[in-house]
Amino acid sequence: MEGDIATMGAYIGAGLASVGMGGAAVGVGNVVGNFLSGALRNPSAAAGQTATMFIGIAFAEALGIFSFLVALLLMFAV
Amino acid sequence: MATDVNGAAEQSGGLVFHPMDQFIIKPLFGDGAVGVFTVTNITLWMAITVLATVALLVLGSSGRATIPTRMQSIAELAYGFIRKMVEDVAGRDALPYFPYIMTIFMFVVMANFVGLLPGAFTSTSHIGVTAVLAMLVFISVTMIGFIKHGAGFLSLFWISAAPLPLRPILALIEVISYFVRPVSHSIRLAGNMMAGHAVMKVFAAFAPMIIISTGIGLVVTPLSILAIAAIYALEILVAFIQAYVFTILTCVYLKDALHPAH
Repeated sequence: MEGDIATMGAYIGAGLASVGMGGAAVGVGNVVGNFLSGALRNPSAAAGQTATMFIGIAFAEALGIFSFLVALLLMFAV
Repeated sequence: MATDVNGAAEQSGGLVFHPMDQFIIKPLFGDGAVGVFTVTNITLWMAITVLATVALLVLGSSGRATIPTRMQSIAELAYGFIRKMVEDVAGRDALPYFPYIMTIFMFVVMANFVGLLPGAFTSTSHIGVTAVLAMLVFISVTMIGFIKHGAGFLSLFWISAAPLPLRPILALIEVISYFVRPVSHSIRLAGNMMAGHAVMKVFAAFAPMIIISTGIGLVVTPLSILAIAAIYALEILVAFIQAYVFTILTCVYLKDALHPAH
Protein backbone atom coordinates (compact mmCIF):
# COMPACT_ATOMS: atom_id res chain seq x y z
CA MET A 1 0.00 0.00 0.00
CA GLU A 2 2.50 2.61 -1.08
CA GLY A 3 2.41 5.06 -3.93
CA ASP A 4 2.63 8.75 -4.70
CA ILE A 5 0.10 11.48 -4.09
CA ALA A 6 -0.80 11.76 -7.78
CA THR A 7 -1.96 8.14 -7.83
CA MET A 8 -3.97 8.77 -4.69
CA GLY A 9 -5.58 11.80 -6.30
CA ALA A 10 -6.39 9.82 -9.45
CA TYR A 11 -8.06 7.07 -7.44
CA ILE A 12 -10.03 9.53 -5.30
CA GLY A 13 -11.07 11.32 -8.48
CA ALA A 14 -12.17 8.03 -10.02
CA GLY A 15 -14.29 7.33 -6.97
CA LEU A 16 -15.81 10.81 -7.11
CA ALA A 17 -16.50 10.43 -10.83
CA SER A 18 -18.50 7.28 -10.24
CA VAL A 19 -20.96 9.32 -8.14
CA GLY A 20 -22.21 10.63 -11.49
CA MET A 21 -23.55 7.18 -12.30
CA GLY A 22 -26.17 7.76 -9.60
CA GLY A 23 -27.52 10.55 -11.77
CA ALA A 24 -27.88 8.15 -14.66
CA ALA A 25 -29.69 5.73 -12.37
CA VAL A 26 -32.15 8.45 -11.37
CA GLY A 27 -32.64 9.38 -15.03
CA VAL A 28 -33.26 5.85 -16.22
CA GLY A 29 -35.60 5.21 -13.30
CA ASN A 30 -37.52 8.37 -14.17
CA VAL A 31 -37.89 7.37 -17.82
CA VAL A 32 -39.08 3.84 -17.10
CA GLY A 33 -41.29 4.90 -14.20
CA ASN A 34 -43.07 7.51 -16.25
CA PHE A 35 -43.38 5.08 -19.15
CA LEU A 36 -44.99 2.51 -16.85
CA SER A 37 -47.39 4.98 -15.28
CA GLY A 38 -48.44 6.09 -18.75
CA ALA A 39 -48.60 2.54 -20.05
CA LEU A 40 -50.84 1.36 -17.22
CA ARG A 41 -53.29 4.17 -17.95
CA ASN A 42 -53.49 3.29 -21.62
CA PRO A 43 -52.06 -0.20 -22.19
CA SER A 44 -53.13 -0.32 -25.83
CA ALA A 45 -50.79 2.55 -26.74
CA ALA A 46 -47.86 1.17 -24.74
CA ALA A 47 -46.55 -1.37 -27.24
CA GLY A 48 -45.87 1.26 -29.90
CA GLN A 49 -43.85 3.41 -27.52
CA THR A 50 -41.39 0.80 -26.22
CA ALA A 51 -38.80 1.87 -28.78
CA THR A 52 -39.16 5.49 -27.64
CA MET A 53 -38.64 4.36 -24.05
CA PHE A 54 -35.40 2.64 -24.99
CA ILE A 55 -34.18 5.73 -26.85
CA GLY A 56 -34.95 7.78 -23.73
CA ILE A 57 -33.08 5.30 -21.56
CA ALA A 58 -30.12 5.41 -23.93
CA PHE A 59 -29.91 9.21 -23.80
CA ALA A 60 -30.31 9.30 -20.01
CA GLU A 61 -27.67 6.63 -19.65
CA ALA A 62 -25.16 8.36 -21.93
CA LEU A 63 -24.23 10.93 -19.29
CA GLY A 64 -23.71 8.25 -16.66
CA ILE A 65 -21.48 6.48 -19.16
CA PHE A 66 -19.40 9.66 -19.44
CA SER A 67 -18.75 9.63 -15.69
CA PHE A 68 -17.78 5.96 -15.99
CA LEU A 69 -15.41 6.98 -18.79
CA VAL A 70 -13.86 9.67 -16.61
CA ALA A 71 -13.36 7.12 -13.82
CA LEU A 72 -11.75 4.67 -16.23
CA LEU A 73 -9.48 7.35 -17.68
CA LEU A 74 -8.34 8.34 -14.18
CA MET A 75 -7.74 4.71 -13.23
CA PHE A 76 -5.89 3.55 -16.33
CA ALA A 77 -4.89 6.45 -18.54
CA VAL A 78 -3.57 9.19 -16.21
CA MET B 1 -2.87 -24.93 -2.14
CA ALA B 2 -3.96 -22.53 0.58
CA THR B 3 -0.58 -20.83 0.69
CA ASP B 4 -0.61 -20.51 -3.12
CA VAL B 5 -3.91 -18.66 -3.13
CA ASN B 6 -2.83 -16.61 -0.14
CA GLY B 7 0.35 -15.51 -1.88
CA ALA B 8 -1.53 -14.58 -5.03
CA ALA B 9 -4.11 -12.72 -3.00
CA GLU B 10 -1.52 -10.62 -1.24
CA GLN B 11 0.13 -9.65 -4.49
CA SER B 12 -3.01 -8.34 -6.21
CA GLY B 13 -4.38 -6.49 -3.19
CA GLY B 14 -6.96 -8.89 -1.78
CA LEU B 15 -8.44 -10.57 -4.85
CA VAL B 16 -7.18 -13.87 -6.27
CA PHE B 17 -7.00 -12.30 -9.73
CA HIS B 18 -7.57 -8.81 -11.06
CA PRO B 19 -11.10 -8.35 -12.47
CA MET B 20 -9.77 -6.48 -15.51
CA ASP B 21 -7.34 -9.27 -16.47
CA GLN B 22 -9.97 -10.84 -18.71
CA PHE B 23 -9.79 -7.88 -21.11
CA ILE B 24 -6.05 -8.18 -21.84
CA ILE B 25 -5.35 -8.73 -25.53
CA LYS B 26 -2.78 -11.49 -26.06
CA PRO B 27 -1.28 -12.85 -29.28
CA LEU B 28 -2.79 -16.22 -30.12
CA PHE B 29 0.50 -17.77 -31.27
CA GLY B 30 3.71 -17.11 -29.32
CA ASP B 31 4.07 -14.10 -27.06
CA GLY B 32 5.52 -11.35 -29.22
CA ALA B 33 4.31 -7.76 -29.27
CA VAL B 34 0.79 -7.04 -30.55
CA GLY B 35 1.05 -5.33 -33.94
CA VAL B 36 -1.58 -4.28 -36.45
CA PHE B 37 -1.85 -7.68 -38.12
CA THR B 38 -1.13 -9.91 -35.10
CA VAL B 39 -3.71 -12.65 -34.65
CA THR B 40 -4.90 -12.13 -31.07
CA ASN B 41 -7.60 -13.64 -28.88
CA ILE B 42 -9.95 -10.81 -29.89
CA THR B 43 -9.43 -11.78 -33.56
CA LEU B 44 -10.30 -15.38 -32.74
CA TRP B 45 -13.50 -14.49 -30.90
CA MET B 46 -14.63 -11.97 -33.53
CA ALA B 47 -14.12 -14.67 -36.16
CA ILE B 48 -16.18 -17.09 -34.04
CA THR B 49 -18.86 -14.38 -33.76
CA VAL B 50 -19.00 -13.89 -37.52
CA LEU B 51 -19.05 -17.64 -38.18
CA ALA B 52 -21.84 -18.14 -35.61
CA THR B 53 -23.89 -15.31 -37.15
CA VAL B 54 -23.46 -16.70 -40.68
CA ALA B 55 -24.25 -20.22 -39.49
CA LEU B 56 -27.40 -19.06 -37.68
CA LEU B 57 -28.76 -16.98 -40.54
CA VAL B 58 -27.67 -19.13 -43.53
CA LEU B 59 -28.41 -22.53 -42.04
CA GLY B 60 -31.53 -21.16 -40.40
CA SER B 61 -33.04 -19.75 -43.57
CA SER B 62 -31.84 -22.43 -46.02
CA GLY B 63 -34.46 -24.99 -44.91
CA ARG B 64 -37.51 -22.81 -45.70
CA ALA B 65 -39.78 -25.25 -43.93
CA THR B 66 -43.43 -24.37 -43.59
CA ILE B 67 -43.25 -25.42 -39.97
CA PRO B 68 -40.00 -23.70 -38.93
CA THR B 69 -37.39 -25.45 -36.87
CA ARG B 70 -36.02 -23.69 -33.81
CA MET B 71 -33.08 -22.27 -35.77
CA GLN B 72 -35.31 -21.03 -38.59
CA SER B 73 -37.63 -19.39 -36.05
CA ILE B 74 -34.72 -17.48 -34.52
CA ALA B 75 -33.44 -16.34 -37.92
CA GLU B 76 -36.91 -15.22 -39.01
CA LEU B 77 -37.62 -13.53 -35.69
CA ALA B 78 -34.37 -11.57 -35.87
CA TYR B 79 -35.10 -10.49 -39.45
CA GLY B 80 -38.66 -9.44 -38.70
CA PHE B 81 -37.68 -7.69 -35.47
CA ILE B 82 -35.01 -5.50 -37.07
CA ARG B 83 -37.06 -4.79 -40.18
CA LYS B 84 -39.98 -3.60 -38.06
CA MET B 85 -37.60 -1.50 -35.94
CA VAL B 86 -36.11 0.24 -39.00
CA GLU B 87 -39.57 0.86 -40.43
CA ASP B 88 -41.01 2.19 -37.16
CA VAL B 89 -38.10 4.36 -36.04
CA ALA B 90 -36.47 5.57 -39.24
CA GLY B 91 -39.41 5.39 -41.64
CA ARG B 92 -40.11 3.47 -44.85
CA ASP B 93 -37.48 5.34 -46.89
CA ALA B 94 -34.79 3.96 -44.56
CA LEU B 95 -35.45 0.40 -45.74
CA PRO B 96 -32.62 0.50 -48.35
CA TYR B 97 -30.22 0.72 -45.41
CA PHE B 98 -31.85 -2.21 -43.62
CA PRO B 99 -29.14 -4.80 -44.59
CA TYR B 100 -26.42 -2.74 -42.91
CA ILE B 101 -28.45 -2.23 -39.74
CA MET B 102 -29.27 -5.95 -39.67
CA THR B 103 -25.55 -6.71 -39.99
CA ILE B 104 -24.70 -4.40 -37.10
CA PHE B 105 -27.39 -5.88 -34.88
CA MET B 106 -26.48 -9.50 -35.61
CA PHE B 107 -22.77 -8.85 -35.06
CA VAL B 108 -23.24 -6.97 -31.80
CA VAL B 109 -25.83 -9.31 -30.30
CA MET B 110 -23.82 -12.38 -31.29
CA ALA B 111 -20.57 -10.91 -29.95
CA ASN B 112 -22.33 -10.13 -26.65
CA PHE B 113 -23.77 -13.62 -26.35
CA VAL B 114 -20.57 -15.39 -27.44
CA GLY B 115 -18.70 -13.31 -24.85
CA LEU B 116 -20.98 -14.70 -22.13
CA LEU B 117 -19.68 -18.25 -22.68
CA PRO B 118 -17.40 -19.16 -19.79
CA GLY B 119 -13.79 -18.58 -20.80
CA ALA B 120 -14.73 -16.57 -23.87
CA PHE B 121 -13.41 -13.12 -24.75
CA THR B 122 -16.00 -10.36 -25.13
CA SER B 123 -14.91 -8.46 -28.22
CA THR B 124 -17.57 -5.74 -27.72
CA SER B 125 -16.08 -4.89 -24.31
CA HIS B 126 -13.23 -3.13 -26.11
CA ILE B 127 -13.76 0.48 -27.14
CA GLY B 128 -11.60 -0.21 -30.19
CA VAL B 129 -14.22 -2.58 -31.59
CA THR B 130 -17.31 -0.53 -30.74
CA ALA B 131 -15.67 2.74 -31.80
CA VAL B 132 -15.16 1.35 -35.31
CA LEU B 133 -18.83 0.33 -35.47
CA ALA B 134 -19.97 3.72 -34.15
CA MET B 135 -17.63 5.71 -36.42
CA LEU B 136 -18.85 3.77 -39.46
CA VAL B 137 -22.42 4.63 -38.51
CA PHE B 138 -21.52 8.28 -37.83
CA ILE B 139 -19.59 8.78 -41.09
CA SER B 140 -22.09 6.97 -43.29
CA VAL B 141 -25.05 8.76 -41.71
CA THR B 142 -23.39 12.17 -42.20
CA MET B 143 -22.60 11.28 -45.83
CA ILE B 144 -26.17 10.10 -46.45
CA GLY B 145 -27.45 13.38 -45.00
CA PHE B 146 -25.26 15.54 -47.21
CA ILE B 147 -25.87 13.45 -50.34
CA LYS B 148 -29.65 13.44 -49.90
CA HIS B 149 -30.13 17.06 -48.80
CA GLY B 150 -26.92 18.90 -49.67
CA ALA B 151 -26.49 21.99 -47.50
CA GLY B 152 -30.08 21.50 -46.33
CA PHE B 153 -28.75 18.85 -43.97
CA LEU B 154 -27.42 21.69 -41.82
CA SER B 155 -31.03 22.58 -40.92
CA LEU B 156 -30.69 19.70 -38.45
CA PHE B 157 -28.76 22.16 -36.29
CA TRP B 158 -31.01 25.18 -36.92
CA ILE B 159 -34.15 24.55 -34.89
CA SER B 160 -36.85 26.63 -36.57
CA ALA B 161 -39.36 25.92 -33.78
CA ALA B 162 -37.26 27.81 -31.22
CA PRO B 163 -37.42 31.61 -30.74
CA LEU B 164 -34.95 33.44 -33.00
CA PRO B 165 -32.54 34.77 -30.29
CA LEU B 166 -32.16 31.25 -28.88
CA ARG B 167 -31.37 29.60 -32.20
CA PRO B 168 -27.60 30.29 -32.40
CA ILE B 169 -27.09 28.96 -28.86
CA LEU B 170 -29.19 25.92 -29.62
CA ALA B 171 -27.28 25.43 -32.87
CA LEU B 172 -24.01 25.36 -30.94
CA ILE B 173 -25.42 22.79 -28.49
CA GLU B 174 -26.81 20.72 -31.35
CA VAL B 175 -23.45 20.69 -33.15
CA ILE B 176 -21.65 19.59 -29.97
CA SER B 177 -24.20 16.87 -29.29
CA TYR B 178 -23.93 15.73 -32.92
CA PHE B 179 -20.18 15.22 -32.64
CA VAL B 180 -20.46 13.52 -29.23
CA ARG B 181 -22.77 10.90 -30.77
CA PRO B 182 -20.08 8.39 -31.85
CA VAL B 183 -18.41 8.70 -28.43
CA SER B 184 -21.53 7.93 -26.41
CA HIS B 185 -22.68 5.40 -29.01
CA SER B 186 -19.51 3.34 -28.67
CA ILE B 187 -18.80 3.79 -24.96
CA ARG B 188 -22.34 2.81 -23.99
CA LEU B 189 -21.89 -0.65 -25.48
CA ALA B 190 -18.27 -1.15 -24.43
CA GLY B 191 -18.87 0.22 -20.93
CA ASN B 192 -21.91 -1.93 -20.27
CA MET B 193 -20.17 -5.07 -21.47
CA MET B 194 -16.95 -4.32 -19.60
CA ALA B 195 -18.72 -3.37 -16.36
CA GLY B 196 -20.92 -6.45 -16.35
CA HIS B 197 -18.06 -8.85 -16.97
CA ALA B 198 -15.85 -7.08 -14.42
CA VAL B 199 -18.57 -7.39 -11.76
CA MET B 200 -18.85 -11.11 -12.50
CA LYS B 201 -15.08 -11.47 -12.13
CA VAL B 202 -15.06 -9.55 -8.84
CA PHE B 203 -17.53 -12.05 -7.39
CA ALA B 204 -15.61 -14.90 -8.99
CA ALA B 205 -12.51 -13.67 -7.15
CA PHE B 206 -14.43 -13.63 -3.86
CA ALA B 207 -15.69 -17.17 -4.41
CA PRO B 208 -12.50 -19.07 -3.38
CA MET B 209 -12.47 -17.20 -0.04
CA ILE B 210 -13.38 -20.49 1.69
CA ILE B 211 -9.90 -21.79 0.85
CA ILE B 212 -8.17 -18.80 2.43
CA SER B 213 -10.22 -18.59 5.63
CA THR B 214 -12.90 -21.10 6.55
CA GLY B 215 -14.47 -18.67 9.02
CA ILE B 216 -15.70 -15.82 6.82
CA GLY B 217 -15.41 -17.99 3.71
CA LEU B 218 -18.39 -20.10 4.80
CA VAL B 219 -20.56 -16.98 4.39
CA VAL B 220 -18.81 -15.23 1.48
CA THR B 221 -18.35 -18.19 -0.87
CA PRO B 222 -22.01 -19.33 -1.20
CA LEU B 223 -23.19 -15.71 -1.40
CA SER B 224 -20.76 -14.82 -4.16
CA ILE B 225 -21.60 -17.97 -6.16
CA LEU B 226 -25.29 -17.01 -5.92
CA ALA B 227 -24.38 -13.46 -6.95
CA ILE B 228 -22.49 -14.75 -10.01
CA ALA B 229 -25.57 -16.72 -11.09
CA ALA B 230 -27.84 -13.70 -10.60
CA ILE B 231 -25.51 -11.31 -12.43
CA TYR B 232 -25.07 -13.82 -15.25
CA ALA B 233 -28.83 -13.86 -15.75
CA LEU B 234 -28.85 -10.05 -15.73
CA GLU B 235 -25.97 -9.99 -18.22
CA ILE B 236 -27.93 -12.15 -20.69
CA LEU B 237 -30.63 -9.48 -20.57
CA VAL B 238 -28.09 -6.65 -20.84
CA ALA B 239 -26.35 -8.34 -23.78
CA PHE B 240 -29.56 -8.25 -25.76
CA ILE B 241 -30.74 -4.81 -24.60
CA GLN B 242 -27.41 -3.13 -25.41
CA ALA B 243 -27.40 -4.62 -28.91
CA TYR B 244 -31.00 -3.41 -29.27
CA VAL B 245 -30.10 0.08 -28.04
CA PHE B 246 -27.07 0.26 -30.33
CA THR B 247 -29.24 -0.65 -33.31
CA ILE B 248 -32.13 1.64 -32.40
CA LEU B 249 -29.75 4.59 -32.00
CA THR B 250 -28.37 3.81 -35.46
CA CYS B 251 -31.96 4.03 -36.72
CA VAL B 252 -32.50 7.34 -34.89
CA TYR B 253 -29.34 8.84 -36.41
CA LEU B 254 -30.39 7.57 -39.83
CA LYS B 255 -33.81 9.20 -39.38
CA ASP B 256 -32.09 12.51 -38.57
CA ALA B 257 -30.09 12.22 -41.79
CA LEU B 258 -33.12 11.36 -43.94
CA HIS B 259 -35.43 14.00 -42.41
CA PRO B 260 -33.15 16.73 -41.02
CA ALA B 261 -35.81 19.46 -40.66
CA HIS B 262 -37.17 19.70 -37.13
